[in-house]
Amino acid sequence: MVFFDTLLSGTNQGLLWAIMAIGVYISYRILDFADLTVEGSFATGGSTAAIVMTLCKDFVTKGSGQGILIAIVAMLIATIMGGLAGLVTGLLNTKLKIAPILAGILTMTGLYSVNMLIMGLGSGSAKSNLGLGSVGTLFTKIEDFMPIGRNWIIFIVGFLAVAAVIGMIYWFFGTELGSAMRATGNNEKMAKAQGINTQGSKILGLVLSNAFVALSGALITFQQSNSTNTMGVGSIVAGLAAIIIGEGIISGKFPFWARLLSIALGSVIYRIIISFIYLVGINAEYVKLLTAILVVVALSIPLIKDKLNKVSRKSKNGGNASTGDGDSAKEEKVATDEDVSKELGEATITQDDSSKPVEEV
Amino acid sequence: MLELQGIHKTFNIGTVNEKKALVDLNLKINDGDFITVIGGNGAGKSTMLNIIAGVFTPEEGKITIDNDGIIDITKMPEHKRAAMIGRVFQDPMVGTAANMSIEENLALANRRGKKRGLRWNITKEEKALFREKLKMLDLNLEDRMTTKVGLLSGGQRQALTLLMASLIKPKVLLLDEHTAALDPKTASKVLNLTEEITGKDKITTVMITHNMKDAISHGNRLIMMMNGHIIYDVSGEEKKNLTVKDLLLKFEQNSDGEFANDRMLLS
Repeated sequence: MVFFDTLLSGTNQGLLWAIMAIGVYISYRILDFADLTVEGSFATGGSTAAIVMTLCKDFVTKGSGQGILIAIVAMLIATIMGGLAGLVTGLLNTKLKIAPILAGILTMTGLYSVNMLIMGLGSGSAKSNLGLGSVGTLFTKIEDFMPIGRNWIIFIVGFLAVAAVIGMIYWFFGTELGSAMRATGNNEKMAKAQGINTQGSKILGLVLSNAFVALSGALITFQQSNSTNTMGVGSIVAGLAAIIIGEGIISGKFPFWARLLSIALGSVIYRIIISFIYLVGINAEYVKLLTAILVVVALSIPLIKDKLNKVSRKSKNGGNASTGDGDSAKEEKVATDEDVSKELGEATITQDDSSKPVEEV
Repeated sequence: MLELQGIHKTFNIGTVNEKKALVDLNLKINDGDFITVIGGNGAGKSTMLNIIAGVFTPEEGKITIDNDGIIDITKMPEHKRAAMIGRVFQDPMVGTAANMSIEENLALANRRGKKRGLRWNITKEEKALFREKLKMLDLNLEDRMTTKVGLLSGGQRQALTLLMASLIKPKVLLLDEHTAALDPKTASKVLNLTEEITGKDKITTVMITHNMKDAISHGNRLIMMMNGHIIYDVSGEEKKNLTVKDLLLKFEQNSDGEFANDRMLLS
């Protein structure tokens, strides 16, 4: 039973954190923007959700229906707050020309204070944590209706939330705006030449990314009935871990929705691993170090694979060929202009001496 | 019609690396012109194109364009100007989004200068249109519309960029040595395509090239640049009768003059 409980709670954690990982995917992979705002906006989401519940305590404790309603409002406000955090980073980067990483760090640092102020709202002083034990959360309120066990409720809500987020993101990146955002992250020069407002794309992308991160923070706060100022520490690495594990599951040609699904799966796998690490009795303080090591290993796998390929190719060719092109990841062949010329089947254009290109006038 | 008036552009102002890229540059590009631009390294050819495209803003001078009435675009941001200007770059990697499919790239280009909203990024009608346009390239790309552009060769990518730049007819098409990175055979193929596309829609074009033969054989007007000026501007019959020798002579004459001027300054 312990095994199954651990599996379920790990899965739940993974589902709730998956929304954050998908947010990170938007900035890190689609926009190609290493955004550290996430560490702060995750806690902003948590703090906002916690304070809204606390401030509306009287209403929340009146009945389960009211409680659920307020919890949903709390998540919405948390999402908006996260979006605002992303907006700040976006403006720092595009308008003040501050480098992406630094812009993110600045917002994250500022949010540290903002989050404490949020949690201190109504109590007169800044707070570094806020418990919801006496107020209740989205999950405890749903449990009042459906007494099927907290973990199962979290599982259902988490699953639905992840499905909704994946659906939304899949739709958005299929639209004109989303397509323009992908182009911005892929090739900014090209995007500008095609009339895309790349600054706007970046800002919108960061708003979206951090909005999802904050939503995830709010859900985690509900899950643990507590929000702390430091709950976002290490979240960017956790998000990357989920993305990388996901990319390990499906590599190569897959539709975009499968890519998003793989991140959610990556997040679940990652959290299950962490849950079992706790179960084995490894000190919680070591988990972040383990995560960092895991991500480093995962990030270096392509390089190691490459090295191994070269070694095996060398040994196959008797050790004298050394033409490893290092592109083992590409499955389809990149065409060369030779192929094109062949395809064209055109007669070579003859050039006499006078027609030789004269370089460097 | 696009006009550059008294354009000055200097890089690294106030440092030892200060470089005057454009000095009082004046150029009037008439509708339907196909101008070839030649000149040595550092003559200001690319800077001129980038000034027109809005990548750089000049310190002095004015850029106007006739878009239902003459408008001043000197301060207009690059992405807004893109509504009127098509561009193909020297590096085949720059003109397209490698991680996106051929049809997605074309769809992006088909919205140049239009508002982008929450409609689906590519319509059925567009797919049919793109297929037709791709057929014209004669590179069999019409059967690979969902292939990622990153898997295409440099020549294929340049041909696609050319198509994208002209999909919505631009007021001016800027070609910055767009065949320089290709092998001779592919380069001539892309150059022929350029002729075909610009000729069919009568697109006003400015093409930088290092190949004097190409500069003579293409277009109706040729300009030679040196040290940020236009030192030679020729069109019509006179241009048709030009030879590479003439151009070299012209170049030498002018650089001699430059040299003499330098000596005068030094003495």
